[in-house]
Amino acid sequence: MTLAKTDSNACTRLRIGFIPLADATALIIAVDKGFTAEQGLDVELVREVSWSNVRDRLNIGQFDAAHLLAPVAIASSLGLGHVRVPILAPFNLGLNGNAITVTNALQEALRQEADGHLADPNVSAAALARVVAARKRKGQDPLTFGMTFPFSTHNYQLRFWMASGGVDPDEDVRLVVLPPPFMVESIANGHVDAFCVGAPWNSVAVDLGIAHILHFVSEILQRAAEKVLAVRSDWAARNPETFSRLIRAHGKAVDFVEDVANREEVCRILAAPNRIGVAPEVIRRTLDGRLKVSPDGTFRSSDRYLLVGRAGAARPDPVQAAWLYAQMVRWGQAPMSRELLDASLAVFRPDLYDEVLGAAPPRSPSEPADGIGAFAGPAFDPGDIAGHLAPWPIKRTPA
Amino acid sequence: MSNPTSDAPLKILVIDENPIRRAILETGLRDAGFENITLLGDTKGLLDRIYSVDPDVVIIDLQNPSRDVLEQMFQVSRIVRRPIAMFVDQSDRATIAAAMEAGVSAYIVDGLKRERVRAILDMTISRFSVFDRLRSELEETKSALKERKVIEKAKGILMKSRGLDEEAAYGLLRRTAMSKGKRIVDVAESLVSTFDLLKD
Repeated sequence: MTLAKTDSNACTRLRIGFIPLADATALIIAVDKGFTAEQGLDVELVREVSWSNVRDRLNIGQFDAAHLLAPVAIASSLGLGHVRVPILAPFNLGLNGNAITVTNALQEALRQEADGHLADPNVSAAALARVVAARKRKGQDPLTFGMTFPFSTHNYQLRFWMASGGVDPDEDVRLVVLPPPFMVESIANGHVDAFCVGAPWNSVAVDLGIAHILHFVSEILQRAAEKVLAVRSDWAARNPETFSRLIRAHGKAVDFVEDVANREEVCRILAAPNRIGVAPEVIRRTLDGRLKVSPDGTFRSSDRYLLVGRAGAARPDPVQAAWLYAQMVRWGQAPMSRELLDASLAVFRPDLYDEVLGAAPPRSPSEPADGIGAFAGPAFDPGDIAGHLAPWPIKRTPA
Repeated sequence: MSNPTSDAPLKILVIDENPIRRAILETGLRDAGFENITLLGDTKGLLDRIYSVDPDVVIIDLQNPSRDVLEQMFQVSRIVRRPIAMFVDQSDRATIAAAMEAGVSAYIVDGLKRERVRAILDMTISRFSVFDRLRSELEETKSALKERKVIEKAKGILMKSRGLDEEAAYGLLRRTAMSKGKRIVDVAESLVSTFDLLKD
């Protein structure tokens, strides 16, 4: 599909759904800073309470576009777990941005079992395996990990990390879906021992003194597609001009967001009660990649914590789609087939991005060569999903 | 565990934080002949509670973030004992749309025949719509009451400070509103807030 420059009966009034998370930044700034209006679009942002609602409202046409979990865009297009509706992702709303947070008690248990520095995911995954084994010996309940959705990067990041240390995410621990706003409460009342969620919820738990941030997910995978700007492919076909204007507005928004001089204004806009609704200072930590990781006030910094537009983050990368599909296969959510892989690759559309925003400059050599940069295992090859899965003993693929 | 392919009575689980809507739906389902209904108002430990109820049909309101928790039941995993599917299939987009418009979603166990849940679904959608109508009527009534109170107060102020009778006070409010192109209640409101300001 190419983007024709005129639509008959162009729709310029759009309803776009989002979940209040820091990785909705590009979308919120595109609308609230007036970049969409500049493109002649009248956008109503609708704050939603669940990913299921966002998915369904997008699928049935109550939303024209949405801030969507990258794996949900793929699952929808493949018809996994729900009705099959082909989705296009012409713009990546962010790479990374999640963190794994553990209770103070689990942090202490991991520290005692750690053979090296816990910030190294090899060390923490091995320590987790020992903690899990010790609990089993003592007849204690398995540890419970919260994540946001079955088809979420969080789910796959947690699984990839713990399985590399020998912990089976389906057999050795309990992995449960928890809506992000309930994460902190669940760790406070002991319903979960750890969770993987996006900002600001990790920081909220650390600020309350009840948990530690164990990992930024960028320590597990250097580049992981987190949320995408998603539209139905039939909508895109009917509204090519509106579609390209929407992409252009997002391009302007990420340039604005990544200019540090604008950061205070960006955080203030995002902090509004009908947007993310937390203190600007907490959002600032996320965008700066400098997070308080322990109640004792220790900070950890990473220039990869959440990539909104820099390092080519906004341009959809089909390698990411292939990696996510490979995780769906690994954990028994999807069968392995060339056809499904191709359908997954077709969700991420760098060609549409380039057509509107111009070809992106080549990626810096400091970025991982395979486009993923996992902390364990061989480099990822999107043409060889079976080869990616072969070295891992823990998986749910049919024997 | 009931067998979804038999004609055993269906076990229905309703998850809704709103007690009034919960009651409206329960009455509707009972009137329609469904007896085995469990109501949940809060969603603490939701997955475990769902497994202990072991429902054939789960109904949840869309304002409930725990809807995402239900999606986990589609998964193949150790903690999912009885797979659940969304009640609609590919051909039934209109039904999803109707349910979403009404503000509700429903899930059924895999293998349950569509015809068997049709009545539950229709009932749920219509009761949710009724509740929505009731709520907007209630809100209209509430704001009408509030408006009447403000106008009464403004009339009282005018009667006292200008020595007018009730009818003349109301007439003054109405003329002012008309000449300024405003609603009477807006004029009354600014009069009351100005008066409160001067009083302090």
